[in-house]
Amino acid sequence: MKDSKSVRSKNRVAEHIKTVPKSGIRDFFELVNGVKGVVSLGIGEPDFVTPWRIREAAIYSMEKGQTSYTSNLGLLSLRKNICNYVAVNYGVNYRPENECIVTVGVSEALDLIMRAVINPGDEVIYHEPCYVSYKAEITMAHGVPVAVETHEEDGFALDPDELEKKITPKTKMIVLNFPCNPTGATLTLEQKQRIAEIAVKHDLLVISDEIYSELTYENATASIASLPGMRDRTIFLHGFSKAFAMTGFRIGYACGPEDLIDAMMKIHQYSMLCAAITAQRAAEEALISGTPDMERMKEEYRQRRNVIVKRMNEIGLPCMMPKGAFYVFPRIRDTGMKSMEFATRLLNEQKVAVVPGTAFGPCGEGYVRCSYASSMDEIIEATDKIEKFIKSL
Amino acid sequence: MEKEILRLLMDNARMPAEEIAARLGVSAAEVAAAIKKLEVTNVIKGYTAVVNEESLDENRVMAIIEVKVTPQREGGFDYVAKRISKFPEVSEVYLVSGGYDLRIEVNGHNLNEVALFVSSKLSTIDGVISTVTHFLLKKYKEAGKIIHDEEEYERLKVSP
Ligand SMILES: Cc1ncc(COP(=O)(O)O)c(C=O)c1O
Repeated sequence: MKDSKSVRSKNRVAEHIKTVPKSGIRDFFELVNGVKGVVSLGIGEPDFVTPWRIREAAIYSMEKGQTSYTSNLGLLSLRKNICNYVAVNYGVNYRPENECIVTVGVSEALDLIMRAVINPGDEVIYHEPCYVSYKAEITMAHGVPVAVETHEEDGFALDPDELEKKITPKTKMIVLNFPCNPTGATLTLEQKQRIAEIAVKHDLLVISDEIYSELTYENATASIASLPGMRDRTIFLHGFSKAFAMTGFRIGYACGPEDLIDAMMKIHQYSMLCAAITAQRAAEEALISGTPDMERMKEEYRQRRNVIVKRMNEIGLPCMMPKGAFYVFPRIRDTGMKSMEFATRLLNEQKVAVVPGTAFGPCGEGYVRCSYASSMDEIIEATDKIEKFIKSL
Repeated sequence: MEKEILRLLMDNARMPAEEIAARLGVSAAEVAAAIKKLEVTNVIKGYTAVVNEESLDENRVMAIIEVKVTPQREGGFDYVAKRISKFPEVSEVYLVSGGYDLRIEVNGHNLNEVALFVSSKLSTIDGVISTVTHFLLKKYKEAGKIIHDEEEYERLKVSP
C-alpha cells in the first residue's frame, strides 16, 4: 500500500491562506519559550485576574445550570446592558434587538465584519504599526489590505491626509484602532472629524476597534461612530478582554446599522452559533458592577505608564507618553540594531522579553513594544536589565 | 495626590517614596513632604505588618469579645471603650450596632492568658454587663490581604 502522504495533492491549502504569514508574535513566542526565567514585557493582556465579582457571576450561572446555547445574537439582557453602556459612555444609541451582536471576542467580530462586507478585490485601509490581525483578516476575506504608515513625529496618530491619499475607487472600508496596540496612540477629536469627513465624502465604511477605549488616560474623545454621518457607516467593535481583564472569557461585541449586523449574524449563526453563555453572564456582571474594579486597574496602569516611560527615556530609549492602551513603543533605532536583533539579543543576554516592532508591520522597524500590563516589580526589574543591556553595547 | 498616596500606602506601607513619585509623576521630595504632613496631622496613625501567625513558631491566640455595656449619663459608651482600649493586649475596639455594644479583639500567648484578661480585667470594669468570648480558629483574610496561599496561574510570556 502506498504511504498516504505520497498521494497528497500539493494544493491542499488554499492559495489565499498560504500567502498569509503566521503572526510575528508567534515566532517570537517560540523563541521566548525556549529561555528560562524570562521577565516579560511582551504580554498583550492584563496581568490582573478577572475581578472576583465577575468570576463569581460566571460560577453562579453555572451553579444555576445555565449551560445552554443562547440566541444567536447573544442574551437579550446582555445586549440591553451593552447598548446602554455604549449610549452612556460613547454617545451612540443602538437597538439591542437588531443593532448589536455578542461575539467570541473582538477577534470574531472583526472576522465577521470583514467577511460580511468585502467582495474579492475590495481594498481595506488600515494603519500600521497595528494589531497583528487586521491585515490577515482582510486577506482571508479576499480583500486587499492597504496600509497607511503612522509616525513617531505624529505620536503614531493616523494622519487624515495620508489616509485620503490611499483611497482608490476600490476602497471599501477603513479600520481604526485608537487607543492603538502597539503604540498607545490616540486621535484628537479634530483628527476623528477629518477622518469622518473623508469616510462620508468617499462613501466608506469604518471599523472602529475600541477595545482599549476605557484605558484612555488623558483627553478621551468621542467615538467616531458618534460624529455626523457616521452612525450608519461605522461598525463599533468592543469587548471585555482589556478593560475588565477578561481575555480568557472570549467575549466581545459589535454595534452598527441593522443591515451590517444582520449580515454578520448570518456568518456567526452558521460558524459560531453563539458565544459561551458563562462568558455572556460574566460580561453582563462586568457592565452592571465592574466599573469600580475597572477604574482601579486603570489607575494602576496609569501609574505604571508613568514609571516605564520615565525609565525608558532615562535609559536612552526615546519613548513618548502614550495616552491610551497599556503599551509603550520606544525607539531602539539609535542602538544601530534592527528590532528583531534588539529583541533577540535582549532576550538572550538579559532574559527580558519585548516584542519587535516589525511584528506590527514593516514600519514598526526601529521600535519595540513593551507592555505595562505587568506588575510594577516586573517593570522595574525589566527596565533595570534593559539599562544594563544598553550600557553593555 | 494625598488620596492616592494614602491608597498606595494602605496597600503597601513599605512602598518607597521614589516609587510613589514615579507612579504619580511628581518628585520624591514632594511625596516625602506629603507623607510627613499626613503623619504629623495624624491622618496616618502608624504602619503595621500583616503577619501569617500560623507560620510562626510562637504560640499565639486571638479572641473576639462581644461586650455589653451600660452607657454613662455623660459620654455614652466612650468612657468604657477608651478604658478598654488602653490595655496593650487589646488590638481593636469598635462600637457596633446590634445585640451587643463593643466588639474588641484581644491577643495572648495562650487561652489562659486571654481568659484571665476577660475575667479579671474586662468584666470587672464598671459598666461592663456581660462578655461573650470567641477564640479565633483560623485566619483567612486580614487588612485586605488574603492570608492563605493561592496557587499562581501563569500567563503566556508573549501574546498579541
Ligand atoms: C487592538 C486589538 N483588537 C482586538 C483584540 C482581540 O481581542 P479579543 O480578546 O476581544 O478577541 C486585541 C487583543 O490583543 C487587540 O489588541
